[in-house]
Amino acid sequence: MARSLPGAPAADLNRPGQHTWMHSIVRWLFIGVSLTFLAAVLLAPLATVFAMALAKGVPAYLHTFADADTTAAIRLTLITALIVVPVNTIFGLAAAWAIAKFEFRGKSVLITLIDLPLAVSPVISGMVFVLLFGMHGWFGVWLQEHDLSIVFALPGIVLATMFVTFPYVARELIPLMQQLGNDEEEAAITLGAGGWMTFFRVTLPKVRWGLVYGMVLCNARAMGEFGAVSVVSGHIRGLTNTMPLQIEILYNEYNFVGAFAVASLLTLLACLTLIVKTLVERTGYRRR
Amino acid sequence: MSFKQPSILPGFGLTFGFTTAFLSAIVLLPLAALVAAGTSMHWSEFLHVVASPRALGSYRLSFGASLLAASINVVFGFIIAWTLVRYEFPGRKIIDALIDMPFALPTAVSGIALTTVFAQNGWIGRYLEPLGVKVAYTWLGVTLALTLISMPFAVRAVQPALLEVQRELEDAAETLGAGRFYVFRRIILPTVLPALLTGFTLAFARAVGEYGSVIFIAGNIPMKTEITPLLIVIHLEEFDYHGAAALGLVMLAISFVVLLAINLLQAWGRRRHVRAAR
Repeated sequence: MARSLPGAPAADLNRPGQHTWMHSIVRWLFIGVSLTFLAAVLLAPLATVFAMALAKGVPAYLHTFADADTTAAIRLTLITALIVVPVNTIFGLAAAWAIAKFEFRGKSVLITLIDLPLAVSPVISGMVFVLLFGMHGWFGVWLQEHDLSIVFALPGIVLATMFVTFPYVARELIPLMQQLGNDEEEAAITLGAGGWMTFFRVTLPKVRWGLVYGMVLCNARAMGEFGAVSVVSGHIRGLTNTMPLQIEILYNEYNFVGAFAVASLLTLLACLTLIVKTLVERTGYRRR
Repeated sequence: MSFKQPSILPGFGLTFGFTTAFLSAIVLLPLAALVAAGTSMHWSEFLHVVASPRALGSYRLSFGASLLAASINVVFGFIIAWTLVRYEFPGRKIIDALIDMPFALPTAVSGIALTTVFAQNGWIGRYLEPLGVKVAYTWLGVTLALTLISMPFAVRAVQPALLEVQRELEDAAETLGAGRFYVFRRIILPTVLPALLTGFTLAFARAVGEYGSVIFIAGNIPMKTEITPLLIVIHLEEFDYHGAAALGLVMLAISFVVLLAINLLQAWGRRRHVRAAR
């Protein structure tokens, strides 16, 4: 994700010729149009989530989470994120080390391939696993003979989520590690530190905020993924429904309080993600 | 030149090997399965799926609404980025942080929330209804959902470019008698044009593949409000893997062209930048 930029308005009012009548009109027009646009497409929907979730009061809101299928969906989402985020973090660290610390042929191809999942429709991200592991897929017969199920079960959901959230940690770390350079690592190696020691004592502390942000973002996308998971899940209630899929089911059953109550949890997660992003930027870590 | 330049740092073999192996297993092998499934069809069968009236209708909606959403985002993205970069006002930092909300918010949540706001009895929909404007369950709703989810891409593409506009040039132009519009057209626009185009392409690429937020607000009537990703899902639910793969290949090919366009645009932007710095 692109990052917000520091220290924007350069004390505009101190600039000469900025106090004119025309300037004020343009200024308030721009601010007005921006705020109206954002209020209509962003703030109103956000407020609706909470208004609808609490429309019948707090007890009805809390009652949603007593439902066994809903708690099962929350549990499945947490399990998926607990598997996907660490795996993609290890991948992100390895990819960033290989790409940022070394010069090799085909590096830009590798970077493009890592970004590939971002350019693919979520529906396609899910479909590829159906084509591989589904009944009529490449490994379908073999899996059936060995009584294994990937599609319409947890492994499929994990794989699809992993595909979709694959680039996030790597994308945060690669530019950051490239920008920080190799000098300190080279010094550590020259002074006799081993590879792992250099990584844990020199590199990891330098990039920790970028890593934290990449993981938080990866987590938000993992918990919220809808399209890819919808294709591989099979929508079995209480078994293969994640939180976003449970939202769809409750919504289509006109259980709006329930749907928006589950949605409110994911909205809070999104808010938390943005707060972490803002805090991380305040620590001085910035991508350029 | 050998494959890798020498370095005293260790771990290249391990990290490069793990990266390429994992990438191949999770991303490349599955995508290869899609290409294989799509290309194993007889071409007449492929054409039958890909050029069916229902598929053509879905392309029209998916690409039309995405183009419209990306265009809306270029205009409002520029206005919002300009507001955030040039003006100080209460709440600016909060607005700046909120721009990324559509990115962090699950698409299903955006979908049901937008539908509720713009439904006939919704907070905004009830004021549009007397005007005869129906948003939810029409192509307008699809465009709105795509506008929301691709908005951060446009704003975040333009913001850094606007920061780089040299205020001295604007001042110099104004002292020499240039009007505001002339300054905008000859100084600001040329600087941010590559960023605007990049923002447009990124927003378009994101919008074309979008599924979660659209299916709630679209109404999903074949030929009218059915997007291509939904048509793929319908094929999959009927266990028509070949049909789904064929449509998927069409979308992949388009994503690939768009990605290529982004890279070319960025290269063009860099060249312009270098020339301007000389």
